[in-house]
Amino acid sequence: MQSVKEFFGTFMLSELIKGMRLTGKHLFDAKYTLEYPEEKAPQSPRFRGLHALRRYPNGEERCIACKLCEAVCPALAITIESEPRDDGTRRTTRYDIDLFKCIYCGFCEESCPVDSIVETRIHEYHFEQRGEQIMHKQDLLAVGERYEAQLAEDRAADAPYR
Amino acid sequence: MIEKVIFYVFAAILLLAATLVITARNPVHSALSLVLAFFTSAALWLLVEAEFLGIALVLVYVGAVMVLFLFVVMMLDINVAVLREGFARYLPLGALVGVVMLLEMLLVIGASQVDLPGFAGEAAGSLGEDGGNNIRMLGSVLYTVYVYPFELAAIVLLLAMIAAIMLTHRRRGGTKHQDISAQVRTRKEDRLRMVRMPSERNNDS
Amino acid sequence: MDAMIELAWTVTKIVALVIPLFIAVAYMTYAERKIISAMQLRRGPNRVGWHGLLQPIADALKLLMKEVVLPQNANRALFVIAPMLSIMPALAAWAVLPLSEGLVIADINAGLLYVLAMTSMGVYGIILAGWASNSKYALLGAMRAGAQVVSYEIAMGFALVGVLMSAGSLNLGEIVQAQQGPIWNWFWLPLLPLFVVYWISGVAETNRLPFDVAEGESEIVAGFHVEYSGMAFAIFFLAEYANMILISGLAAIMFLGGWYSPFHGLPLLGPAFEWVPGIVWFVLKTCLFLFLFIWFRATFPRYRYDQIMRLGWKVLIPVTVVWLIVLSVMILTGFGPWF
Repeated sequence: MQSVKEFFGTFMLSELIKGMRLTGKHLFDAKYTLEYPEEKAPQSPRFRGLHALRRYPNGEERCIACKLCEAVCPALAITIESEPRDDGTRRTTRYDIDLFKCIYCGFCEESCPVDSIVETRIHEYHFEQRGEQIMHKQDLLAVGERYEAQLAEDRAADAPYR
Repeated sequence: MIEKVIFYVFAAILLLAATLVITARNPVHSALSLVLAFFTSAALWLLVEAEFLGIALVLVYVGAVMVLFLFVVMMLDINVAVLREGFARYLPLGALVGVVMLLEMLLVIGASQVDLPGFAGEAAGSLGEDGGNNIRMLGSVLYTVYVYPFELAAIVLLLAMIAAIMLTHRRRGGTKHQDISAQVRTRKEDRLRMVRMPSERNNDS
Repeated sequence: MDAMIELAWTVTKIVALVIPLFIAVAYMTYAERKIISAMQLRRGPNRVGWHGLLQPIADALKLLMKEVVLPQNANRALFVIAPMLSIMPALAAWAVLPLSEGLVIADINAGLLYVLAMTSMGVYGIILAGWASNSKYALLGAMRAGAQVVSYEIAMGFALVGVLMSAGSLNLGEIVQAQQGPIWNWFWLPLLPLFVVYWISGVAETNRLPFDVAEGESEIVAGFHVEYSGMAFAIFFLAEYANMILISGLAAIMFLGGWYSPFHGLPLLGPAFEWVPGIVWFVLKTCLFLFLFIWFRATFPRYRYDQIMRLGWKVLIPVTVVWLIVLSVMILTGFGPWF
């Protein structure tokens, strides 16, 4: 009896109508679209975007060429060469990040003992020539100098959880 | 005048297409030429105001039968060279069949010259009273004068259809297949069990 | 000379029908994107022009600029002919559709049969495209499309037999005239099961969701038009949407009383809507069905292929046959206001 009822019930297409009612209702709902260039979603202080090398407040670069980031990088995107500087401290002579290889995992940032290599909130950038995707030391330092205030604030906000 | 031009154009296309059916090397091309031939002959029928026949030809042969033909031809990898091997050997037999068919056609055409009772008279009658609407005419002739042959033909076709289904629809043992009606018939309750239980305590916190 | 004038007049009529049709197709894609995105809580295209209204033109320009890639080992002639074969019937069928009283290019007696014949031709474009591309996905898509279209044509044809039984004519104009009267006089009510069957098979005929296994992006990439690009692809797109509009227009003519207003012949409302031209009602009814197409697409998941075949052969055809018998009883007894 039940199966006969169900057999004829299928001809009423009730399940289809139920589904169409749902989508029909959503037709008039408020939309969630963000109009991207004008509207942007909020970013977390932990956002992992373009890389930067930071300096101490006195202007001395933080990186001590320990090469932990190079070792931990899963994509082998970081290349470091180092030499002692005139004052006897060990400093990098070359610090390259290949942004095509980088997967933005943030391991370099976490491995850094002096908070030198960090990932900024910048995610809108592009390259126009081949080779531009390799960020050299000066480029990274320049990014760090430019966004130091934001970077310091983000590190401070995240510090209690580290 | 224009009708004559249209007739000769379509007739030329028809002959060309019909020739291509038997000369084309690629079987798909042959099948498509046959489609073109059907289409142009339908157009020729339209010219003599047999629109029902013309459209029915397109509907049945072009729309359904030739699609299935193409289907099969596309799936097969026909080697034309092998097919043409016995051409010379079978030529006499083929020619004989051709001659017989020609004779039969001549007989049929000759018979229509003889005054047969039935269609010719009836058709002329209904054509007169219905203003040349030959669908209505065909219908009234089929369901009155020729109702028994018509129904008989329908039954023969039905039998052929059932026979074809019976021949191809046997189930071999030991094969796996899906029973769609059973799948469709399942209810939510058959597959889904809602369980109420207290949430498990997380040991860490 | 007279013949030339007549020819020019016919060509003018055809152009006057085809150009609005192409614009309708272009804006159909826009409407589809807008409505589906609204149902998915998105906003849809809104960058090109006011509320994205120029988006279809931008798309068309993009497709025009793109290169038409001919795949290696493809059957060149058929590869190029296939898109034309698919758009030609979609446009040719419009010749017999009466947009309003007497507003039709060719008023032929076998109009319904002509439409059926033309829609059944559309499958050649798909099958040839699939075969000529020399690609396995395209061939698979073509096979699926061919089998699907041929089987659903039968259900559709049977459903239309009901219409011609009720109207007593194959001429689309006379079919509409047979439905003269207010909304409950139209054929959708006595032929409700046939109407549903016609609509389902119409959706299947146009290879739209939920019957789009011929394209099936997620299983066979894009089916029969996987190798097509640029304008050739655009023509397939045009053909699909032109077919949708055609099926919707036919539904409006055969089940929803074509150009008649839903209040036709009512005491008060009838004269109140007398000034609205018939073509407006026809277009409104067509748009209703087009909206349904889009609504279906936003709602239903794709059918499995064997289920499609089962639905066509084992459900829709028996339903139509049963209702044809009921219908003949209704006609013989002169049931309701319809017969």
